[in-house]
Amino acid sequence: MKKDLPEKILIYGILILWTFICLFPIYWTATTSFKTAASVTQGLLIPWIDFEPAWKGWKNLGLSPDTIFTESNPREEFLARFFNTAIISSSASALAVILGSFAAYGLSRFNYKFGFMRNPDISFFFLSQLILPPVVLALPLLVLYRELDLLDTHIGMIMIYTLTVLPIVIWIMRDQFNAVPIELEEAALVDGASVWGSFFRVVFPIVLPGIASAFILCLILCWNEYFLAALITSTDAKTMPVMVASQISSQSIKWWNMAAISLALCFPLIVVAIFLERYIVKGMAAGAVKG
Amino acid sequence: MNEIKIIERDPLYVVSKSSVNPKTIRAGKLIVWSSFLLMVFIGLIQALYTFEKINFGFSNWRPLLYSYILWAIAIGYSRVLIYGERGKRNLFIFPAVMFIISIVIFPILFGLYISFSDWNLSSIDGRKFNGLDNFYQMIADPYYWNALKNMIYYILAVLVEFAIAFLLAILLNTQIRGRKFFRIAFLIPLMLSPVAVSWMVGKSMLEQRFGPVASFARWLGWETPTFFSNPEIARLTMMCMDAWTFIPLMIIMLLAGLQALPKEVLEAAKVDGANKWTMFKNIIFPIMLPVSLTTLVIRIIFKLKLADIIIIVTAGGPGGATDSVTSFIVREYRDRSNVGYGTLLSFVYLVIIIIFMTILIRFVSRWLQREA
Repeated sequence: MKKDLPEKILIYGILILWTFICLFPIYWTATTSFKTAASVTQGLLIPWIDFEPAWKGWKNLGLSPDTIFTESNPREEFLARFFNTAIISSSASALAVILGSFAAYGLSRFNYKFGFMRNPDISFFFLSQLILPPVVLALPLLVLYRELDLLDTHIGMIMIYTLTVLPIVIWIMRDQFNAVPIELEEAALVDGASVWGSFFRVVFPIVLPGIASAFILCLILCWNEYFLAALITSTDAKTMPVMVASQISSQSIKWWNMAAISLALCFPLIVVAIFLERYIVKGMAAGAVKG
Repeated sequence: MNEIKIIERDPLYVVSKSSVNPKTIRAGKLIVWSSFLLMVFIGLIQALYTFEKINFGFSNWRPLLYSYILWAIAIGYSRVLIYGERGKRNLFIFPAVMFIISIVIFPILFGLYISFSDWNLSSIDGRKFNGLDNFYQMIADPYYWNALKNMIYYILAVLVEFAIAFLLAILLNTQIRGRKFFRIAFLIPLMLSPVAVSWMVGKSMLEQRFGPVASFARWLGWETPTFFSNPEIARLTMMCMDAWTFIPLMIIMLLAGLQALPKEVLEAAKVDGANKWTMFKNIIFPIMLPVSLTTLVIRIIFKLKLADIIIIVTAGGPGGATDSVTSFIVREYRDRSNVGYGTLLSFVYLVIIIIFMTILIRFVSRWLQREA
């Protein structure tokens, strides 16, 4: 395909403009975390030319070169929140992927009948959970969790996060399993494997990339979740978004600190996006195409 | 005459022994009922203890949870004991179904119970049944209706987002250099936590005095750029921030659809001399319709949950102009700490959503290529 020059310029112009829109906030935050008070209020943009970068924001977080080996309370606090988020989101994603893959496999291979519910109804039952806004569950669960002593615990958070991502896993995995030819399992069954045996030995390795992309999508959603965490956690299981949000609302916080901490919250997922983009795209695209 | 019986055959047909030992059937029923009784027993003790009829019990309801989990496992295991091979198949979907029932259906029923009450969680009085008072209060609550009205604006904004995403997806699908770079760059806003976006964009870039966007607006000739004091502009700003995070999702879904377009049709149209616009209008858009509608429905589902950035950046202000239903309910709950009223509001919202989504899906399902 050959294109004339003005059209090419237009296409690249729009793409570069949008890239700028997408990346500028990250650039701005990254530079702000190295600014001093004076350069923040002047709205300076380019380090080394407009202003001299300093480790200001990272120093207060205890992550700058000169403070990294010293005691630092903010760093302890930050790392505790970081690991809370990591534990909760990865366990919830893993649990959702396990439950969801089993359910999706069952739905794609067997005909079920639970009372009036048949396979399409059961599918709908699972997927309809996607529509449920978290606020509907939030208050009743808050009361229930209080009675069950699950408020502010990892287990409680993992359970509710699993629920929020389970329908997405089922949606993605159903397509994945439908794409696997049934003959493969039939061959395994003829060779004497059980239903579960053929699932683990034959089907599971084939759909592993699909499982990976479902897992990554879940991880992203759980990592960034704020609303439910803000209601349910307070100290022990507090996640990073809640910590960052509470810092935002406190007036005394300094810009460079805030910039450093917001960036630290996003950084793991930016890395994930750069290296695992293929899986993320695959997971989302599974929702759109193929039937 | 022999009646013809249609046997529904599983896609994956498993030949298995059909008879099950009656002993194992009895064992299966036994474990289900015994664990059920254990659960009832623990629940009863705890209920009596809570209402101070007896003076021994557990410090919280957690033992009931454990016995519930035990019961659930017993049901699962009994499927295998009672139904044999068929039961093993049920085990594939049983955990997920059980999980959702326990953590959705049960809280929803419980929510119905608390939505007709005045319940301040921090006061000692506990729950007070107040009938339909919450409902009347809701009818007379202008801010709730205002939040619902805002949701309509927010949802209409999806159409604009869709147009932008479609354009970018088409551009990404053309022959360009560095497509992988652009794809990653376009994906990144979706990776950012709404909380971080609230600060990075809402609080810092849109800062009135020295935020870069404000400086840019001044350079364009807007003398006093304020993004959150005028109701209309504040709502527009929130729409833009939300769009910024979610356009990547739409781009990816639409791009997947564009890449699956049948090449032959496009080639044939080109040979016939169709120009770009007619090709888009008559070929690409109609073939893309199912993907487009799926994308829109999914985006609307996410939009209905919109809350985080509003809670953090504007807290609904000015005067409720940016409130989404979720952010409003959270504020209600924090201000009055009445769980009952908040729950009722969220349930009314749920009913509205279900009606809206049912109509929407019914309306678009003609063009959708897949069910649900």
